[in-house]
Amino acid sequence: MMTAGLRFDDGRSHLLDRPAEVPCGTNPARPIFCFQMPSAAHWIEPHPTGIYVRPADAWIDPSLPCERALVTHGHADHARGGHGHVWATRETLAIMALRYGTASGTAVGYGETLRMGGVEISYVPAGHVLGSAQIVLSHAGERVVVTGDYKRRPDPTCLPFQPVPCDIFVTEATFGLPVFRHPDTGSEMDRLLGALHAEPDRCVLVGAYALGKAQRVMAELRGRGHHDPIYIHGALERMCALYADFGVPLGDVRPAAGMAAKDLRGHIVMAPPSALNDRWSRRLPDPLTAMASGWMRVRQRARQRNVELPLVISDHADWDELTDTIAEVAPSETWVTHGREEALVHWCQTHQMRARALALTGREDEEEDEG
Amino acid sequence: MRQFSQLLDGLVYTRSRNGKLDLIARYMREAPDPDRGWTLAALTGNLDLKTVKASAIGEMIRDRTDPVLFEMSRDYVGDLAETVALLWPRRDDIAPESDDGSLSIAAVVDRLSAVSRAAAPRELGGMMDHLDASGRFALLKLATGGLRVGISARLAKTGVAQAFGLDVDEVEQVWHALAPPYAALFDWAEGRSGRPDPAGTPFFRPFMLAHPLEADSVDLNDYAAEWKWDGIRIQIVGTGGETRLYSRGGDDITGSFPEIARAFAGQAVLDGELLVRGDVQGAEEHGGSAASFNALQQRLGRKAVTTKMMDEFPAFVRLYDLLIEGEEDLRALPWERRRARLEAFMAGLDTDRFDLSTIIEAPDFEALAAIRAGARDAAIEGVMLKRRDSPYVAGRKATLWYKWKRDPLTADCVMMYAQRGHGKRSSFYSDYTFGCWTDAPERGGELLPVGKAYSGFTDEELKWLDRFVRGNTVNRFGPVREVDKTLVLEVAFDSIHNSKRHKSGLAMRFPRIARIRRDKPAAEADLIDSLRRMIS
Repeated sequence: MMTAGLRFDDGRSHLLDRPAEVPCGTNPARPIFCFQMPSAAHWIEPHPTGIYVRPADAWIDPSLPCERALVTHGHADHARGGHGHVWATRETLAIMALRYGTASGTAVGYGETLRMGGVEISYVPAGHVLGSAQIVLSHAGERVVVTGDYKRRPDPTCLPFQPVPCDIFVTEATFGLPVFRHPDTGSEMDRLLGALHAEPDRCVLVGAYALGKAQRVMAELRGRGHHDPIYIHGALERMCALYADFGVPLGDVRPAAGMAAKDLRGHIVMAPPSALNDRWSRRLPDPLTAMASGWMRVRQRARQRNVELPLVISDHADWDELTDTIAEVAPSETWVTHGREEALVHWCQTHQMRARALALTGREDEEEDEG
Repeated sequence: MRQFSQLLDGLVYTRSRNGKLDLIARYMREAPDPDRGWTLAALTGNLDLKTVKASAIGEMIRDRTDPVLFEMSRDYVGDLAETVALLWPRRDDIAPESDDGSLSIAAVVDRLSAVSRAAAPRELGGMMDHLDASGRFALLKLATGGLRVGISARLAKTGVAQAFGLDVDEVEQVWHALAPPYAALFDWAEGRSGRPDPAGTPFFRPFMLAHPLEADSVDLNDYAAEWKWDGIRIQIVGTGGETRLYSRGGDDITGSFPEIARAFAGQAVLDGELLVRGDVQGAEEHGGSAASFNALQQRLGRKAVTTKMMDEFPAFVRLYDLLIEGEEDLRALPWERRRARLEAFMAGLDTDRFDLSTIIEAPDFEALAAIRAGARDAAIEGVMLKRRDSPYVAGRKATLWYKWKRDPLTADCVMMYAQRGHGKRSSFYSDYTFGCWTDAPERGGELLPVGKAYSGFTDEELKWLDRFVRGNTVNRFGPVREVDKTLVLEVAFDSIHNSKRHKSGLAMRFPRIARIRRDKPAAEADLIDSLRRMIS
């Protein structure tokens, strides 16, 4: 358990070896915290390989195969193959089936409540990608929210994040540093379309993660009145088709394979980030290389990838979203799963909130591309 | 500020030279006065707002953010200005993340020039609140003086010339008669006034360059021969009152070699080779020896130079040509007559800092070839051939000057690592690190890297090499791939030197891939010892 000192406004450090008596305040500018010891941790356990819900004998987003898995969303660092039985949203199960072949699974609708070994479990939209959910667990009068990955900005391809007040809030911290403040999505899309129109003899090659980011960029383009065909790398085809099957309109999307270079001039071509500087892109007409990712906020990151048009568009919460969300759900304790967890834990502590970093394994693998 | 910050972002992300020129040209046409003039000053390294130091920026951010979060952020981002620009806290009363257009570059320059060092952080902080992240980054770079966007002064001037259809050499000629924010330059460029008068100010003249010699021989009645030295070409421009030194690209390098500038008080323009005293290249019979290029490299690229550096690596100039003497422009004269004037001019010069390039006496080309072949032991790069009647003209003109480098050395090396190239080559593994054996592999010898090359192959060979790298990768380290050590590359290089920087203790000069030796087993590649014997 956490024994790190809490810092109060007077700058002194206090060790939390006994329940701190902080009155529940009424000042709306400051989050309200009532420290109640011991915390609700006795029936839910963080392990390096995932979060274990003891009374339900089930794991949340386990990185190793297990009998009973509760999965927040379809990205590979959360949804792995080989589990005995999976509980997830219909969309997430479909994504897992696409990636790992058909697995045994139970579809859980948003708002529906399951009971497992005395634990009430429900899935609430996380706003991250199609089908992404926060898993809300209630047991013994306490509520725990495991967010998986999430964001607070509008995304035309999935339902918005819904804050759920809770005792323990388990959050990601992919962009958990105050340098990460994603600009307005609209202004980034304007830059993309501006570059496209300014260079009619080239194509704009947009690198975007195959699940979520690519479809979101397409949907945002359509929403801004861009209805030209969008040409895609083969690695995006099945996921785009899956989104369309679930009623997310992506417009006229065509394979880039087999297209003559001259016919791609003036068009947007999308590919996974790994294909940006690879042989695949040699077929394109003098491509202007763009990449849609929260990492693009840092110049050196963009330059390392030879990106000429960095688009700061992320499916993860930025620093302000992370801290605002913690303040909003006002947990008595925050657990930080992956990313830049030290900074977020530090922030919680300087704001008189209990927080701890969980050392989960295997969560950083795809961050670079996924951001 | 927005136009300026967009220009900087564009220059950071654009790889091609022409792309950068287009960005600069468009900016110079569209931005208002005097902003564009201050931008030009910043791009050419002529803007120094001495009131703002990096420490002031640190102080500014510590007042506004949690120091622990700042340090974590800085560790992650690296660059101080970028870190501060990104985590600058938003103010509730100002729209977040927008450049509200209230701040012009001229206003920044005026306000920061007027403010005291103590008050600078406060002033700068007030400006930061009105900008977006790009604008804050641009402001901090502008205020601290180091833009570091990878362009030379010459490129910035070329961009300005391109914007207004001027000849860049004309811009160069008037440059030192101008001062930021260059109103006279833009008035001239846009036809509101005549060309500014460069009289009395030093300025750069483009160098005359040489083609490689491809013919089998030339007639020495028509051509004179000089030794080719391995230093950097330098132009000395003295107006009588002031002396400036320029590199081949037109960058002003006076600050790096103050002892040379101080030693020259005349009114003239000279062309020569900048070298460091030493005994690696050449000997008395070649007109005096010099240190290796590596020694000169210690002195390059420094804004300020210590007395210790000047003592340890004493610089001098070996003079090749006299372009202007007094008021008289000699460039149209034949080389022979300029040479005679140069020899006469030498009399007044400080012999510690200046000497004369020797003319090689040879009755015919065969004799010259023999002399050149003998100079390998003296580690001389080769020979220059200059038409005796050639005027001094900008750039490379066929038949006038030739460089006749000695034949390169070669070694059979084994490819060890490969990395992607830049620009058009960014999808190819085109940079290769190669090694030689410490001992015969059957006796337990290992490969140690001896150099890196990214040229010398044809497009077809590049495709083949790229396929080889992809098909034979055994390990990846970020952008670098380690390959199976099976491919022998014949590497050509001009010379090889001792170097503490590499584990093999060797450094090649101008290595390039001469041939791909698919026929040769890796075990038969050269030994480090045989390379060491080539050290000059």
